[in-house]
Amino acid sequence: MTEATIASPVSLPAPRSRTRIVRRVLRDPVGITALAILIVAISASYLAGFITPIDPNATDLSSVLAGPSGAHPLGTDSAGRDVLARLLWGGQSTFAAAALATVVALAAGVPSGLIAGYYGGWFDAGTSWITNMLMSLPAVVVLLAARAALGPSVWISMALFGVLLGPSFFRLVRTSVISVRGELYVDAARVSGLSDARIISRHVLYVVRAPIVIQAAIIAGIAIGIQAGLEFLGLGDSSAPTWGMMLNEGFRNVLLSPLFLLWPALAITLVTAAFAVLGNSLRDALEDDEITPRTKGRAIKHIPHSEAGLVPTGSVAAADTDHLLVVRDLSVEYPRADGTTKRVVDGVSFHVDRGEVVGIVGESGSGKTQTAFSVLGLLPETASIAEGHIVFDGIELVSRTSGAVSRSRMDPLRGTRIAYVPQEPMSNLDPAFTVGYQLSRPLVKRLGLSRAAAKKRALELLATVGIPDPGRTYAAYPHEISGGMAQRVLIAGAVSCEPDLLIADEPTTALDVTVQAEVLELLRTLQSELRMGVLMVTHNFGVVADLCDRVVVMRDSRIVESGDVVTILSRPSEDYTRTLLASTLEGKTPRTLLLSDSAGETA
Amino acid sequence: MTTSNGPLANPESPLLEVSGLTVDYPRKGFGKEVFHAVQDANLWIGHGETLGLVGESGSGKTTIGRAILGLAPVSRGSIRFDGQDISHASRRKRQQLSSDLQVVFQDPYTSLNPSMTVGDILAEPIGIAGGSRNAARSRVAGLLEQVGLPRDAIDRLPREFSGGQRQRVAIARALALRPKLIVCDEPVSALDLSTQARILDLLLTIQLDTGVSYLFVSHDLDVVRHISHRVAVIYRGELVEQGEAEQVTQDPKHPYTQRLLLASPVSDPVRQAERRNARKAHASKS
Repeated sequence: MTEATIASPVSLPAPRSRTRIVRRVLRDPVGITALAILIVAISASYLAGFITPIDPNATDLSSVLAGPSGAHPLGTDSAGRDVLARLLWGGQSTFAAAALATVVALAAGVPSGLIAGYYGGWFDAGTSWITNMLMSLPAVVVLLAARAALGPSVWISMALFGVLLGPSFFRLVRTSVISVRGELYVDAARVSGLSDARIISRHVLYVVRAPIVIQAAIIAGIAIGIQAGLEFLGLGDSSAPTWGMMLNEGFRNVLLSPLFLLWPALAITLVTAAFAVLGNSLRDALEDDEITPRTKGRAIKHIPHSEAGLVPTGSVAAADTDHLLVVRDLSVEYPRADGTTKRVVDGVSFHVDRGEVVGIVGESGSGKTQTAFSVLGLLPETASIAEGHIVFDGIELVSRTSGAVSRSRMDPLRGTRIAYVPQEPMSNLDPAFTVGYQLSRPLVKRLGLSRAAAKKRALELLATVGIPDPGRTYAAYPHEISGGMAQRVLIAGAVSCEPDLLIADEPTTALDVTVQAEVLELLRTLQSELRMGVLMVTHNFGVVADLCDRVVVMRDSRIVESGDVVTILSRPSEDYTRTLLASTLEGKTPRTLLLSDSAGETA
Repeated sequence: MTTSNGPLANPESPLLEVSGLTVDYPRKGFGKEVFHAVQDANLWIGHGETLGLVGESGSGKTTIGRAILGLAPVSRGSIRFDGQDISHASRRKRQQLSSDLQVVFQDPYTSLNPSMTVGDILAEPIGIAGGSRNAARSRVAGLLEQVGLPRDAIDRLPREFSGGQRQRVAIARALALRPKLIVCDEPVSALDLSTQARILDLLLTIQLDTGVSYLFVSHDLDVVRHISHRVAVIYRGELVEQGEAEQVTQDPKHPYTQRLLLASPVSDPVRQAERRNARKAHASKS
């Protein structure tokens, strides 16, 4: 431990995430505008008595439907009442009614959603049934019926509307809770002896509170719209001023005074839009992490001979063409949000010969996979090759103008001369298609075989990779086969074109150790039969020892050392390689410390 | 299961004693068949001892750990912990047990609540157990030091830490109430090699300092050999071999354990070639 020991006094502050979200909304111009509109509208409504001294119900028949004047800034309506006063006082009931609907919807939906999601069972079944029923009811018809039965109270209709909106909270909360319930930290809380009430309030509600806030903002906007709609139809309580009623009056007098329609319409539009926009802004703030600017297509400046297009193949040194694959001074960069770049591969050089297995070994973040992906031309759009060469069989693959592997040069190679075996076999097979289809399709497309010939070849390949019943696997869907089997299928696909170079990215990491041994055996057999060059990315020294002829050790995006596998694994010259090998467990005295500097590092 | 696969000489009062444990899950659909995730498992763990439980994916090794923690249903058999039967312990009983029986999960990314600070995560179990706020604070500071995390970690969120550091937080949480047994469910398999070595060193140091027992569940025979006093091997829901760590992991008797050992590659190319040939010979024999 370093200076951290003497730093900062101990305290338990509130999590920072909430303030971070608020700050993000405030930075978002749309969000801050929406928030400002709402604050102004709500405070103006509740300060109506101070803003205008005029009683909203006071009639003045001497000035009916008058335009804006000193006494009436927004004019008067058909009964000579002050429009500004009515607009402000009307806002009070509008916001209160919207709040009522939202609170009722929250009360109806959130607790039931939490319980249904956390416990499931009969309560879940029952509440889900009620929810479905409520959602199938046409809200406006129910509200009209309620008004006929219970009288024209805005409070009753908004409370009822809240009940009708409850299902949207219920569904949201229930779904979120079901996904959180399976998290390990909820299991850990149960093992810690926390009661269900505490787990729900502390661990589960914490996670679902953000979507609830967003939904509430949107619901409030909807409630205002519906409320105004009912009043516009003349179904509201006519004793107090409301925006809907004003809209109705304005509509009736639109030919006499079109301006009178404008004010309530503007108020309703602004407020409902502000609620919706605020909801969206909150959602954007929660959707994590800053967006990094794309730099794709940026030309590389700091390479001297880069004035136009591709580096001519002729400029590659003669020695490079003797190897199957040459990677020289390769650097790969990603843009950061602050405009700088992050180098994930820095000045990497190595080569692979025909019939040779080269391993790239390193820990996570060492840049080993990024190096392999550069060679495959599979880097994400945002990445750029800042420097260096990738030469496959004498062909320069890096395009200087785009800062990426040239598609026109790579496309004819990939899947025919350069093949790839991924880490996660299951996620690399499309669950919607049979294994046979996914295996034979490239044979038809790439190698131009007929369908019958492609099927015959695919069955041969499945037999080659040691699948016991090729016909059955050919007809199977990916979920019907095991992970080891899926990796054999992908290897079959990779070698179907008899490639010169096979790039395998942690091909056995997701597999059980007994299956791993079989897959390594298969790779070894195919490699020697087809005399392929293999670039093997792995973190496992056992895999390196098993398969590789030479090995490249990477750390923090650079090469630490490289050489013959026996030399590197038994007599490494770099400290880092020694530390890595010291971390392997085979042959160590059990129950002794592996590393002397164990305490307080940056693991 | 044959007698030779049973536990070694069982001490008078082991900390944990699992006998005849069976965990069944109903299969989806209308059939009455059940899936035996674990069948008739017998094992015990002494005070201050580590039992390694090794098996491949789907073997039921994690289910045994979860049954002990009360997170998986016990269909038959008994689990005795510290002299009491906990196979069907109530929620209230579990809460009392939580100070003696703890867990470290595999995935340090989902086992910590992302919206709580490290300080709150560590203080929570102490608060449940009735500790005062001040006592909790000083305990949290002590825990951070014990697992080798900087003091300012207390105010930070889990996402600010690497996988290895998060696993240290999870270990600190498990240690918070000074438990007698920690179920470690693949605690190092999501970590890099050198990080794995550091976490294993940490678990070993903690055991030597506090005398805690571990049930160490892993798929990796090398890891289990290194950390355990005794090792049990599980294959398709059944314990096939159990014994002293060295014997089980270097000179296994059961064909499945032999296969497991020969399949695990070593980092010396010459010896790996020998092991490879031995594996092929073993495979053609069976």
